[in-house]
Amino acid sequence: MTKLNTYEAAMAAYEPVLGLETHIELDTNTKMFCGCSTEFGAEPNTQVCPVCLALPGALPVANRAAIEATIKIGLALNCRIAEWTRFARKNYFYPDMPKNFQTSQYEEPLCEDGYVDVAVDGRTYRVEIERVHLEEDTGKTLHVGGATGRIHGATESLVDYNRAGIPLVEIVTKPVAGTAELAPEVARAYATELRDIVRSLGVSDVRMEQGSMRCDVNLSLNKPGDAWGTRTETKNVNSLRSVERAVRYEVRRQSALLDGGEKIVQETRHFQEASGETSPGRSKEEATDYRYFPEPDLAVMEPSREWVEELRASLPEPPRKRRERLQAEWGLADKEMQSVVNADAVELIESTIAAGTSASGAVKWWLGELSRRANETGAELGALAVTPAQVAELQGMVEDGKLNDKLARQVIDGVLAGEGGPAEVAAARGLEVVSDTGALEAAVEEAIAANPDVAEKIRGGKHAAAGALIGAVMKTTKGQADAKTVRELILNKLT
Amino acid sequence: MSTISREEVAHLARLARLEVTDDELDAFAGQLDVILESMKTLGEVDTEGVEPTSHAVPLVNVFREDQHQPSLPREDVLAGAPDTAEDRFRVPRILDEEA
Repeated sequence: MTKLNTYEAAMAAYEPVLGLETHIELDTNTKMFCGCSTEFGAEPNTQVCPVCLALPGALPVANRAAIEATIKIGLALNCRIAEWTRFARKNYFYPDMPKNFQTSQYEEPLCEDGYVDVAVDGRTYRVEIERVHLEEDTGKTLHVGGATGRIHGATESLVDYNRAGIPLVEIVTKPVAGTAELAPEVARAYATELRDIVRSLGVSDVRMEQGSMRCDVNLSLNKPGDAWGTRTETKNVNSLRSVERAVRYEVRRQSALLDGGEKIVQETRHFQEASGETSPGRSKEEATDYRYFPEPDLAVMEPSREWVEELRASLPEPPRKRRERLQAEWGLADKEMQSVVNADAVELIESTIAAGTSASGAVKWWLGELSRRANETGAELGALAVTPAQVAELQGMVEDGKLNDKLARQVIDGVLAGEGGPAEVAAARGLEVVSDTGALEAAVEEAIAANPDVAEKIRGGKHAAAGALIGAVMKTTKGQADAKTVRELILNKLT
Repeated sequence: MSTISREEVAHLARLARLEVTDDELDAFAGQLDVILESMKTLGEVDTEGVEPTSHAVPLVNVFREDQHQPSLPREDVLAGAPDTAEDRFRVPRILDEEA
């Protein structure tokens, strides 16, 4: 059983130093060094050719679009773009790469020395970027024979090289110190900001759950005043939430070891999504020795300053600036905007407004009822089976008095169940506010007759008592009345 | 006595996935020494101010456009594999590493 400290105790005694290594798969049409498709989900080994299979004599040529995308990422992260850069071979034997090396970059990355500012609890932290370089993804390995599909117990492995050679950008931060107990939040905020920046550039779909963005979390602890401690590297962190959880777990685990006088082993660990724990990976008895050397089959690159400036001029509005602008446009307080960002609802709300709804209407649905539904099922908000246009339509029906909030929620049930758009669901399920005043008046009369005491109170000036009568009317109309109209009718009759 | 140790030869052999016997460790250490000695001769040349060469051809910025080229038919892809299963390359189990 792994001994753990409470997070609070750990943070009272130690200071954390963070580091993040992020891999992002670019969404170019073709692979990094050949014209094979990068389309996800194809039949195994149907998107491979002599170059990505490393058949003898095959020659790679770099994909211009991938270079441009990487320079754009570098610029968006405030990096310096190299005037001279080249690829290198990272040599290792592992069946996920048929070449027995990965084409990567070593001492001369495409982009260096940048930063990202992230806000946590109203404070801004600058995360410095060490480098952004370009490499290629590996093939997908299926372990068979083992009980769980993992390597342990597997008798053999099956390899699909469709993914081998897809352009992969690696973004490495410098060590981030001084976050104190906010280390998990800063790590998550950085990963979120990075994702948003890359998404805004339109060069990757950056979906962690699908593996097009992958985070490795480095963490060490030291006593205040001491040198930095030995770090561990946690891989297999597959969601933004898990970035935060992985940091928190390592803080608790490492601090308990250090308290017991033990040493931290520099190792690769694996995050377990289900338990939120990290477990040791491969033990490195032998220091990895990749014997990098310059890739002789690919020409060196000298990105011209004109090219770089052209790409800089093409950059979209940075997400942080955009959020500030939208917050002002939507008239939200800092806390509300923070909720919108945390719920990953910025784009959803923006699209809903674009479909013709007020900002307050769009925010109300996405942060209220729809967030609740998403939480119930553990889904992401964007994965709900309702489009921004449908939310706009729904809110429009509420504003037109066709639906009250209660009916609108029932309409959402139908939309999420795939019964069609809001208007269709309302029609099919017979959900519409009763606008027939004759029927409403009859229901009001009935309620008054049935509750003479309440009616007397209202006559005596206690308008707040109308609630009980409204409830009764709602009951007879099965919730399909507009509460405001009912209230007006009651007060008209009794006062 | 070789300047390259037996341990270094063993390490290099491991990295290259070569099986080397004890006797061969000594033999290769000696041979590698000869190669390193020869390289030392080259090292005597004054290369002050000369850029290291990594590419024999003075080409820069050779790119391809992001356009599809046909991939190989799968039969051809798997034809060279020692073993296949489920349309994939079948390889011995991989030790000492997590998926």
